[in-house]
Amino acid sequence: MADDLKIPLLEELEKGPWPSFVSDIKSMADKSEVAADLLRQLEKSYEDKRGYWKHGGLVGVLGYGGGVIGRYSALPEEFPGVSHFHTVRVNQPSGWVYTSKALNEIMDIWDEHGSGLTNMHGSTGDMVLLGTNTDELEPTFQALTQKGWDLGGSGSDMRTPSCCIGPARCEWACYDTMDLCYNLTQEYQDELHRPMFNYKFKIKMSGCPNDCVASQARSDMAIIGIWKDEIQIDKDAYAAYMKDGFNIKDLVVDMCPTGCITADENDIEIDDSNCVKCMHCIARLPKALAPGKERGATISLGAKAPIVEGALIAQNIIPFMEMEKPYEELHDLIERIWEFWDDHGKARERIGEFIERVSLATFLENTGLDPLPQMVQEPRDNPYIFYEEYYAEEDEEAASDE
Amino acid sequence: MATEVERKTDIGPPHFEQFLHPLMKENYGKWKYHETLEPGVLAHTGDAGTLYSVRCASPRLASTNFIRTMTGLADKYADGYLRFTSRNNVEFLLADKDNIEPLKKDLADLNIPVGGTNNAISNVVHTQGWVHCHSSATDASGLVKAVMDELTDYFTSEKLPARIRLAVACCLNMCGAVHASDIAILGVHRTPPVIDNASLPNLCEIPTTVASCPNNAIKPTSIEGKTTVTVDEDKCMYCGNCYTVCPAMPLADPLNDGVSIWVGGKISNARSEPMFTKLAIPYLPNNPPRWPEAVDAVKNIVEVYAANAKPFERMGEWIERIGWPKFFDLTGIEFTKYHLDDFRFAGTTYRRSTHNRY
Ligand code: SF4
Ligand code: SF4
Ligand code: SF4
Ligand code: SF4
Repeated sequence: MADDLKIPLLEELEKGPWPSFVSDIKSMADKSEVAADLLRQLEKSYEDKRGYWKHGGLVGVLGYGGGVIGRYSALPEEFPGVSHFHTVRVNQPSGWVYTSKALNEIMDIWDEHGSGLTNMHGSTGDMVLLGTNTDELEPTFQALTQKGWDLGGSGSDMRTPSCCIGPARCEWACYDTMDLCYNLTQEYQDELHRPMFNYKFKIKMSGCPNDCVASQARSDMAIIGIWKDEIQIDKDAYAAYMKDGFNIKDLVVDMCPTGCITADENDIEIDDSNCVKCMHCIARLPKALAPGKERGATISLGAKAPIVEGALIAQNIIPFMEMEKPYEELHDLIERIWEFWDDHGKARERIGEFIERVSLATFLENTGLDPLPQMVQEPRDNPYIFYEEYYAEEDEEAASDE
Repeated sequence: MATEVERKTDIGPPHFEQFLHPLMKENYGKWKYHETLEPGVLAHTGDAGTLYSVRCASPRLASTNFIRTMTGLADKYADGYLRFTSRNNVEFLLADKDNIEPLKKDLADLNIPVGGTNNAISNVVHTQGWVHCHSSATDASGLVKAVMDELTDYFTSEKLPARIRLAVACCLNMCGAVHASDIAILGVHRTPPVIDNASLPNLCEIPTTVASCPNNAIKPTSIEGKTTVTVDEDKCMYCGNCYTVCPAMPLADPLNDGVSIWVGGKISNARSEPMFTKLAIPYLPNNPPRWPEAVDAVKNIVEVYAANAKPFERMGEWIERIGWPKFFDLTGIEFTKYHLDDFRFAGTTYRRSTHNRY
């Protein structure tokens, strides 16, 4: 079958030290005509410098509005193997942890029902099973659910939440990202599987300000672990670093963004009231310094890629919230935000663009949040204020009464 | 047939606990510190013991063969425990330190590089490109392969001043964190959508299509009694928003599509605040299969940064310290009118001081 695979341009990408996706797809081409035709169509794209996929179509599994992305080749006669090339998004476990057994089971399902090609993982976090035809969607879904897996989100729904490895393998986690990710995914199954929003809503969780899952750039709601009290200092471990000749001045003191560290070979002191929890010193001295004990998370809203009005990095709306089971305060906040966005947002308007359009003040008022100086870089610098309180003639007495 | 078993829905993902390495369970929330034993090998320690993570590259577009190879290695050396990182690396989770070397050897025999930790170039976050997307101006997997072939040495070492996060997106939709990466390659269209007037009235809703354009470039019009749309070419910035809602307005143009290069974005809060990526090179040709122009451009930026930045200074922090004129000077990249912002908040990018370096 794959003997007639003529892909000289793609074969150029089999050379070199980095793992080759071409060799990898080729390894499937003998058993999968989908893989073989994918390579053939891709070779044509490389020749012609353009893609050959049609705009997606609406396909899915019964009762779900998301989780499957329809894709059809624009050249189905030439490349029948990829005439349908739908994608199935499978909700990944928190922190992308697996056992061989579980992964092999999914691979068995995908070899039977699809192309045998995947993305591990997609941008949102899902395991992406790449390429099957419409008839295989329901059988794939049923086989997956029998093994305990479910689909992720797509379209205008809550997208599959994702999180960093957090407390499962990181000493810096300021809350249980793994548990919260599981909790939110289960709590909002309906919102995940049945698109009813104005547009997509992504939630990402990082255990500390290092933000390993890029929540602040890639999610509508970024939940980032942080602490309020003092950085914990282990003086003995600090002494050991100094004994090893660690350059404390150049690598830590001078690089602290707020200049709040006083340190030399003998001692370190941190003015925690000026520390902005940037993690730099802790990352340099992991054995000597650790986040404080009063831990929780900050919540930011609105990150997105450029479509429609330009890219955004998330803005902070909750400087600190405790993140303890059963996360009622957070659920409540999420639901208030969704409700206001749902009622007043426009189609294809992400939460970040929505807040900019209706104004942050209006957004806060309608979601029951108080304005805080932590929410801005600086107060406004223009005088165009929409005053809502002013005295009418008859109020004068009441006013002077105070 | 399949209906014999009960149809399950809304079960959500499996609980992660069943996939946790025993040491992860015992040390859960109680890890003390971690060390890097060598590039690609981390050791996390808690009271219950030390867990070793060996990190290797993956093509991200991975076949079941590749995954089975990974699970096979996990069975052999890691009691069957493995994970993926947010940048598509594979991590084997080992309890036994003595398994590190044999695992590394097996990976080397398979030509899979080990690395991606700390001050390295980690795996590239990227998108679908010609492999799977209708919208793409270039291919993503091919670009990543071509670029990383030249930069593998930076994946397997930690010799950079700080980490470099690379991202590739194949159109302005930017699936992936392209707008906050140290270096990003972004596929660009450079000509307005071509309107398929024959099919547009059937495929697209006119008000939605008109409303989709951030620049109000789209107007309804009538051709032979059928309502369709026109695009004011002077207002079009080739963003593709219209194509997302209306399949009859494709932007692909082999003659003009290409890639742009962006620098200085950052996500972590370490030292400085997160930053957007900024334009370095507005256009380079699409030159598959190896995109030599784009590869050279990225390599040049990496090397100039490596030679000039201070320890732990990220790309964006380095540029902020030396100033953009110096960046263009040192990299030899031409500054053009395309670098001048003319979108929504353009004024915020203009210099309003005499702080010039000569
Ligand atoms: S975000 Fe922080 S807590 Fe989470 S894995 Fe990264 S460093 Fe650890
Ligand atoms: S966390 Fe950052 S701001 Fe706080 S003391 Fe350390 S370096 Fe300074
Ligand atoms: S960046 Fe654009 S072309 Fe690439 S996968 Fe996303 S939408 Fe498709
Ligand atoms: S490509 Fe963008 S700017 Fe051009 S017409 Fe379409 S939506 Fe408007």
